[in-house]
Amino acid sequence: MRDVFIYDHVRTPRGRGKPDGGLHEATPVELVRQLLVAIKQRNGLLDDSLDELVLGTVSAAGEQGATLSRIAPILAGFSDRAAGLHINRACASALEAVSILAAKIGYGMTEMAIAGGVESMSRIPMGADGGGPHGIDPRVSNHTPFVMQGVSADLLATLNGYSRADLDAYALASQQRAAQAWREGRFDRAVVPIVDVLGTVLLAHDEHIRPDVTMETLGALKPAFADIGKTMGFDGLALQRYPEVDRIEHVHTAASSSGIVDGAGLVLIGSAQAGTQYGMKPRARIRAFITLGSEPALMLDGPTPACQRALDVAGLVPSDIDLWELNEAFAAVPLRLMDTMNIPHDRMNVNGGAIAMGHPLGATGAMIAGTLVDEMERRDVGLGVVTLCAAGGMGIAMVLERAG
Amino acid sequence: MTMSEAVTYSVDGDGICTLVLDLPGEKMNVLGVTLSNAFEAALRRAMADDAVKGVVITSGKSTFVAGGDLKMLGGGLDVGSMAPAEIAHLFGSLSRLLRWMEIAGKPVACAINGLALGGGLEIALACHYRVVADDPRIMLGLPESQVGLLPGGGGTQRLPRLIGLAASLPLLLQGKNLSPQEALKSGVVHAVVPAEGLIEAAKAWLRAGGDAVQPWDKKGFKVPGGGDTLTPSFRNTFIGLNANTRANTFGNMPGPEKIAACLYEGLQLPMDKALGVESKYFAQLMIDPVARNLIRTMFINKGKAESLAARPAGVAKVAFRRIGIVGAGTMGAGIAFAAAKAGIDVVLIDRDLASAEKGKAYAAKRMARDLEKGRTTQAKIDKVLGHIHPGTDYAELGQTQLVIESVFEDRAVKKDVIVKIAAAVPAGTVIASNTSALPITSLAEYATDQARFIGMHFFSPADRMPLVEIIRGQQSDDTSWATALDFVSAIRKTPITVNDGPGFFTTRFIGAFITASLDMVESGVKPALIENAARMVGMPMGALTISDSIGIDVSYHAGKSQAADRGETDWRFAVIGKLFEAGRYGMKNGRGFFDWDASGDKRLWTGLGALYPLLPHQPSIAEVKDRILYAQLAEGARAFAQGVLVDVIDGDLGATLGVGFPAYLGGPFAAMDTLGLPHVIAQCDRLAALYGELYALPQLVRDMARDGQTFHGENAIRSPGLALAA
Repeated sequence: MRDVFIYDHVRTPRGRGKPDGGLHEATPVELVRQLLVAIKQRNGLLDDSLDELVLGTVSAAGEQGATLSRIAPILAGFSDRAAGLHINRACASALEAVSILAAKIGYGMTEMAIAGGVESMSRIPMGADGGGPHGIDPRVSNHTPFVMQGVSADLLATLNGYSRADLDAYALASQQRAAQAWREGRFDRAVVPIVDVLGTVLLAHDEHIRPDVTMETLGALKPAFADIGKTMGFDGLALQRYPEVDRIEHVHTAASSSGIVDGAGLVLIGSAQAGTQYGMKPRARIRAFITLGSEPALMLDGPTPACQRALDVAGLVPSDIDLWELNEAFAAVPLRLMDTMNIPHDRMNVNGGAIAMGHPLGATGAMIAGTLVDEMERRDVGLGVVTLCAAGGMGIAMVLERAG
Repeated sequence: MTMSEAVTYSVDGDGICTLVLDLPGEKMNVLGVTLSNAFEAALRRAMADDAVKGVVITSGKSTFVAGGDLKMLGGGLDVGSMAPAEIAHLFGSLSRLLRWMEIAGKPVACAINGLALGGGLEIALACHYRVVADDPRIMLGLPESQVGLLPGGGGTQRLPRLIGLAASLPLLLQGKNLSPQEALKSGVVHAVVPAEGLIEAAKAWLRAGGDAVQPWDKKGFKVPGGGDTLTPSFRNTFIGLNANTRANTFGNMPGPEKIAACLYEGLQLPMDKALGVESKYFAQLMIDPVARNLIRTMFINKGKAESLAARPAGVAKVAFRRIGIVGAGTMGAGIAFAAAKAGIDVVLIDRDLASAEKGKAYAAKRMARDLEKGRTTQAKIDKVLGHIHPGTDYAELGQTQLVIESVFEDRAVKKDVIVKIAAAVPAGTVIASNTSALPITSLAEYATDQARFIGMHFFSPADRMPLVEIIRGQQSDDTSWATALDFVSAIRKTPITVNDGPGFFTTRFIGAFITASLDMVESGVKPALIENAARMVGMPMGALTISDSIGIDVSYHAGKSQAADRGETDWRFAVIGKLFEAGRYGMKNGRGFFDWDASGDKRLWTGLGALYPLLPHQPSIAEVKDRILYAQLAEGARAFAQGVLVDVIDGDLGATLGVGFPAYLGGPFAAMDTLGLPHVIAQCDRLAALYGELYALPQLVRDMARDGQTFHGENAIRSPGLALAA
């Protein structure tokens, strides 16, 4: 296998995933097109330079469905040669897109490609694709009962003894770190403001951040999943799977869960040869990438085994890693990874995460991979891991090493 | 046309053929072989008859059709040797006939003159027009889910296509019935008319050119509210339905799961394929033992018990006007309320008037709640309360037909009260003790006439719990027994009769469940695991929750006094004793195995771990479930071998209706038959070796296994209790 490098990455700001959100007016394909144009222009890519675009989208229905990634490069001025692929690895989709292309490039079948994802949650709500069989089809769901994600998060907290205060404190840190990162311009290179048809800026900043929250305001919020856990039977299902638990402690609130937002993210990857050919400097080398399944009812603890295997493959141990980026699906998820991998909080999500900025499902993996690359450069450190948990019980992890 | 035919056939001058369903020799039309065959023949004749332009289906009885033949479904038919596809075909015959009828080209109207349940409503749903008599007593429903089955005559497909998925769920899954007006409002029927104009209304629709094509056979049909996963409400309904079903059934009840599968898969298919899917799932339920066990215990045998099949014939039926109850505590108050509701006067005696009045106040409080919810009226409440006469004077018991003592479970207290009652009542009056454990034969010694003394064990809350365990002491005569049975029948509860012995049947039976659970606590098994395992076995609550509800202090004192009564000095009250000494009395003071808050929310007491350190290696959930289940099966088997039960039916009913043994297993004896005795023996022997005598099986069970005998069925063993009763 030859080396695979990340050359650049861009993302949209994350707009509130509601009709009053800043990106609601923009179609999903338009988000992707503007990012493609930006990445093409700032790297001086030729029209004919792109082999493939692989995009993750979780709710691939309507205007966000089919193979949006086929037409987007053409709209952005790339030649007809750039093939498109849609993938769905739930929340791990965009990082899976990077993994797939890394494998193809590493094997010598592709030279330069773009991986990423798009999710306009305000326009195409979760489930708009029909939601698949798990949880909905009785035969499937009776075999393997489906527990709604928020209840799984509370189960994860219950099993690990994370209190409401633990989760709120983590959420507060995420908000404060994201606010600081924005204040200090740490996202400036990555974020591409999205414009309307007339070129007026629709959104230039993440609009989900609440920099003014305090432990008091967080503490006043109601548990988000207590009602649904009780009335829809999910608490009972969680106990059936984990009968050593007395009861599910509903400790997550809306503020310690990731936000629903619109957004897209892209990562430009290629071989060393592609970099030379187009005069681009590699920014990070992809050392390892692993995806695996975990127990579906608990759902959210896949990052630990995924990280362990990715580090094994790279010949590393957790203490070798300078920076970690983990999608903050729920506050218990990073707490669990920090516990299991012995990660100090000052190396984990140092610029905040999805709790503060939001989680545009299929796009997040590319966004946080990019955040990791930028921060490794800013801190001048060598090794980082980017990881996500995914619906249905899956985990993905990728080890990145500074290049150049 | 002859009167003995199950379906009569007549054609009027307008070419309207009327089929009258009237099963000879039966009170109601039940869809067994006779009626089904006659119905099919008549339908085929009508469709082939050129003179017939349209068909009216109605009934010659006061009901329309009451449903399928449960006796046949409950094991009367052996499906064991049949291939699944054969079973689907066999039980799909009504479904195929109805489908044939609805696309045969002639309009069919259903004139629903009375109760239309199960297959009865399914016939109606397959008709192109439904009109029902305007009588609020008429019920329309699909109760199959209540016996572990599914409506296999197209009910899972036609009902949601008519009224939508969400509206059909209460009928399909909870057995909700509709009145004619409700059926009209929800769209299940087209019209409600006065009974005398019913047939004419059906004919008028036919004469006006009734459409012979069902809505779902028309081009462009869509299930009301959406019938595929691209409809958010469809998705969300199934997410909630699947989760709640599984959370409530623990995967033990296949029926609701299969109904959901019929709906999900069927609504996305054209009708013919959808009906085929329904038949296949129906066959799966017929192969599964759950429905068979449920039907046999909860319907056939429960019905037998309620019809007082075992009642001694020589005793005249007692029509109850007035009874006495001594002891107006929780149990006495509940029994008094149950009797008053049945229109029986109750003399309710306690030590002081305030206590007796408190017993009456219980009834008032319960009915006030019903009034709030609009389930009763003040006039009805006043009438019931008028039947309860609180007092302190035993002389008031003189005019009663039965006196039940329900005082504190202590031999000395009981003795005092029984002596007083015996002195107050005329000779021959039956006295019953509502003891839960003290041997009746020994209590009878305190009465003047031991023959007229019997046990009547009620369950708490007595006004709501459906079972009464009648215990015949060695001297109890047939009059006592018949009187007790008649009273249970009068207050509309289910009686079982057992022979005397410590803990009779139900108390010792639930005792095994509690003991198995407390043993595990004491050996360091996680309490949460024990509680969850009990729920997963199908118990309504875990033993620790039960202990907290009963009261740790109550268990402590009862255990101690019963042990003393048996002359035992080494009564083992380890964990109960420790909690009692720690002042943890259970729900009543908010502290027991659990910490309880004011809303009834509970968390396991974390201090328990200090009393009984947790095992470093916890047993698997399967092992904990086995310990809970097999402790009860072994106890049932021992009670049976010792002659406590005259009939295993009483054991199955007592365990399920009285002390929460899971109904899906059909009771402990049905469960042992289903599991197979060799398997039960292997499990109990394994558990006995690990955990002791609680799992020891009597020799009788080993002999039964050797001889291929079972508790129920053709090779059933003769109950050792029979000889004892005689």
